[in-house]
Amino acid sequence: MPSSPLPDLVPLLPQLFLLASGLVLLVVGALRERDGASRVVAPLAVLTLLVAAAIAGVLDRTPRTLLGGHFRFDAMAAFLEVLVLVGAAASILLADTYQEDERIDRFELPLLALFAGLGMSLMVRADSLLGLYMALELQSLPLYVMAAFQRDQLRSTEAGLKYFVLGALASGMLLYGCSLVYGFTGTLAFATLAEGFGPGSAGGVPTGAVVGLVFVIAGLAFKLAAVPFHMWTPDVYEGAPTSVTAFLAAAPKVAAVGLTLRLLMGPMADWAAQWQQVVALVALASMLLGSLAGLVQSNIKRLMAYSGIANIGFALVGVAAGTREGVEAALVYMAIYLAMTLGTFGCILAMRRQGTYVERIEELAGLSTRHPLMAAGLAIFMFSLAGIPPLAGFFGKYFVFLAAVRAELTWLAVLGLLASVVGAYYYLRIVKLVYFDPPGEPFDVPTATGLRLVTALSAIAILGFVVLPGPLFEAAAGAASSLASSAVAVPGR
Amino acid sequence: MSDWPLLSLTTFLPLVGVAFILFVRGEEAIVAQNARAVALWTALATFVLSLMIWANFDPVQGGYQLVEQASWLEPLGIRYHMGVDGISLWLVLLSTLLTVVVVVGSWFSVEQRVKEYMITFLIMDTLMVGTFCALDIVLFYIFFEGILIPMYLIIGIWGGPRRIYSAFKFFLYTLAGSVLFLVAIVVMVREAGTTSIPELTRHDFPVAMQTWLWLALFASFAVKVPMWPLHTWLPDAHVEAPTAGSVLLAGVLLKLGGYGFLRFSLPMLPEASAFFAPLVFALSIVAIVYTSLVALVQTDMKKLIAYSSVAHMGIVTIGCFTANALGLTGAIVQMLSHGLVSAALFMVVGVVYDRIHSREIAAYGGLAERMPVYATLFMLFMLASVGLPGTSGFVGEILVIVGIFAITPESPAIPASGSLVALLAATGMVLGAAYMLWLYRRVVFGALEKSALAGIKDLRANEVLAFAPLVLLVLLMGIYPSFFTDPMAASVDRVLAEIGATGPGRLALQLR
Repeated sequence: MPSSPLPDLVPLLPQLFLLASGLVLLVVGALRERDGASRVVAPLAVLTLLVAAAIAGVLDRTPRTLLGGHFRFDAMAAFLEVLVLVGAAASILLADTYQEDERIDRFELPLLALFAGLGMSLMVRADSLLGLYMALELQSLPLYVMAAFQRDQLRSTEAGLKYFVLGALASGMLLYGCSLVYGFTGTLAFATLAEGFGPGSAGGVPTGAVVGLVFVIAGLAFKLAAVPFHMWTPDVYEGAPTSVTAFLAAAPKVAAVGLTLRLLMGPMADWAAQWQQVVALVALASMLLGSLAGLVQSNIKRLMAYSGIANIGFALVGVAAGTREGVEAALVYMAIYLAMTLGTFGCILAMRRQGTYVERIEELAGLSTRHPLMAAGLAIFMFSLAGIPPLAGFFGKYFVFLAAVRAELTWLAVLGLLASVVGAYYYLRIVKLVYFDPPGEPFDVPTATGLRLVTALSAIAILGFVVLPGPLFEAAAGAASSLASSAVAVPGR
Repeated sequence: MSDWPLLSLTTFLPLVGVAFILFVRGEEAIVAQNARAVALWTALATFVLSLMIWANFDPVQGGYQLVEQASWLEPLGIRYHMGVDGISLWLVLLSTLLTVVVVVGSWFSVEQRVKEYMITFLIMDTLMVGTFCALDIVLFYIFFEGILIPMYLIIGIWGGPRRIYSAFKFFLYTLAGSVLFLVAIVVMVREAGTTSIPELTRHDFPVAMQTWLWLALFASFAVKVPMWPLHTWLPDAHVEAPTAGSVLLAGVLLKLGGYGFLRFSLPMLPEASAFFAPLVFALSIVAIVYTSLVALVQTDMKKLIAYSSVAHMGIVTIGCFTANALGLTGAIVQMLSHGLVSAALFMVVGVVYDRIHSREIAAYGGLAERMPVYATLFMLFMLASVGLPGTSGFVGEILVIVGIFAITPESPAIPASGSLVALLAATGMVLGAAYMLWLYRRVVFGALEKSALAGIKDLRANEVLAFAPLVLLVLLMGIYPSFFTDPMAASVDRVLAEIGATGPGRLALQLR
């Protein structure tokens, strides 16, 4: 690399733009009168995130290391960055009227989301344990505050506190793991770690480093909400303001999967035989628990929490495959998951009756007679989550299970698909309520254009995916191919 | 004309109708009327297009015809690949015809949510035709599994009192079977490196793997057919579904199982099919005898016909696994015949249900007095179901039973007990005659005593119109079966060649 007095800042443009705009918006928010600030800041935050996503999308994708080797930019980072930033922007759009109604329409909320977006965009670029930890914390801290944002409500503060305490525990484990790895290998950078874990390492991998990596994986599993580190999810999802739940459920999950892929398929790729079993078991446990526990939920936000756990399980099936195809599959799955989740939360945020928001699943009864469009959208999301073709969710599932079978994990594919049959029941139950049951009181017609736009676009994406599935798959293939590693081999087709 | 993408046009034309119906606005009555009209014209146009497929089909060739290929999901190697052979050709026609029939048949009887009703049926049309035309295994699965969505909604929204239970049972039962099929697909694609059905058929799967693949496929198709003991969703689904739903369920969806055996299990996994043929025969015989007996004691007309479907489909599965030309031809003819006859019988029940709102056999009696046209039609379809010579039901059953006797030591099925299988399968005909004739006697004959029946009206014009094509085809298939069997002969020979069976393939020629 040619040395120059200034570091190469061009690949960092999205982050720099996010940071600068975030700071400007902070000032704008502080200077404007309190009640009106959110109405200006929120659209600007959306715009900022979308512009940053656009920049990330058009940047030159040749792999480059950044900021002293702690981050790197490549096709994988570009792909995930576009996803998380668009996801974050969409979540802010969804929040529109909800926050006014719930009297949490303060300008800090979209700003926190923006900074969390900045953290996520760095997470998917992490190239060292230090970068990983910093980015993860930059993402997590705003999320804790957001979860507790309804500070005069017990539920929300409880959710925020729970999230924070457990999240801090996970961060502690992660940091402890990082320090062990550093202590035993003397390096934090993924590139040099890869050498240490690679086949050429003399004397094998130090035990302490292995223990450290287990801690790191546990910390990541917490952020992913994968079993057995999922316990916080239902409570936080239920307690946090719904708009925040929508945010939590969407983009951060994508970023966490991206981070996991960076770590497992980067420095630890040669070591796949060791972690493959752990990830496969975590995936299986997540799919099973998410599918079974979802059966008995009556609160739709809790249901979505378990649905999210199951979905992370499906994405981890692709990770567990440990092949380039598995990476592609996990990326495709998360992209589709993002659309399904945003759309579903769009519908949940429209569950408002005479000014108050309702969360019980039964409230959806007979939706199809009162609000046929919303009902059709919800049905599309539910069938897609259940993995029924020709909706997008099917393709995600097909691809991860194909990758798993090609990696000799047929047992995981069989059990995962059976879990998806169990899970199909609760998605069907929502369709049943919406279409088969006699109508209850009508909901208020959602007026927010942002909400309607995001929900409609998600529905169209899920429904129309079957017509033009190629581009997403190609983008994911490009992203996966940039994961530099000798072990990331193309499986025989 | 022949260079048009006929199969894609036929498959996706109904969606154009859906788009039109979506934009119908205005008062409820007007919307309903317009939705019906659009659906009818779309279904008719689709049917005409499917007739064009038939006109352009060359009956001499055994391979896939009117093939269309386009790049679709290249990263996964999945292509948009459509084509028909002599087997799927008739099933495509059956699907498009029955869609017209149900739209006409439910012209007056459905008054709630007409718009959505017509949309779901048109979507069903697309998915059914697509399933039979798909020549890519993943594409097939997408259509095959996609049918669950509209059918779930049809049962759940327009069904009877226990519709929710039945809709769930239908969906989850079928889904559980189908995901195993999906696993099998994934394993086969990995093994053979292609998703194209013709190429997969040419691939030799290792025998040990075939066993597992066959069982996974069987789980899916046996639920669809349905075979005993996986049939329990069927009576519930049929009883609760609206008439039109039952018609398509019995007429087309059950055929997906038989079609799956013919298209996937037999040609792709011939060794495993030979190995498991005795199992299929045993289950089919149990299905024929047991469900016929169960049908005898039913008090609900729809349930009775539902159980008779299980028995008739038992003949189909036996025919498929005889692995000779007679049996296979018989199985296909039996599928077509059952598609027409059971569809008609469900409509027969639907006609009186619309008037009296009861499906109990005990609620009727002496209908011949007030409904002569109805009684005549009922008799025709009842006799076709029993398998009276001259109707379609006879042809399929006799071909299959002769086919069982034609099993030779070279053909990969059980040789010794062939006559026993034939004997037991034939009891189904006797029992079938018993329950159908008894049903007919209780409903149509006797004195008209029930006061509720005093004012019952005979068939309306739309109902006669809906029945008319079925009557014609049932008779045509019974009197001149070669019209239907000739175009399939070459394809049946091809399938037999794929299975590796020789010898008995020539027997079909003598019959012609």
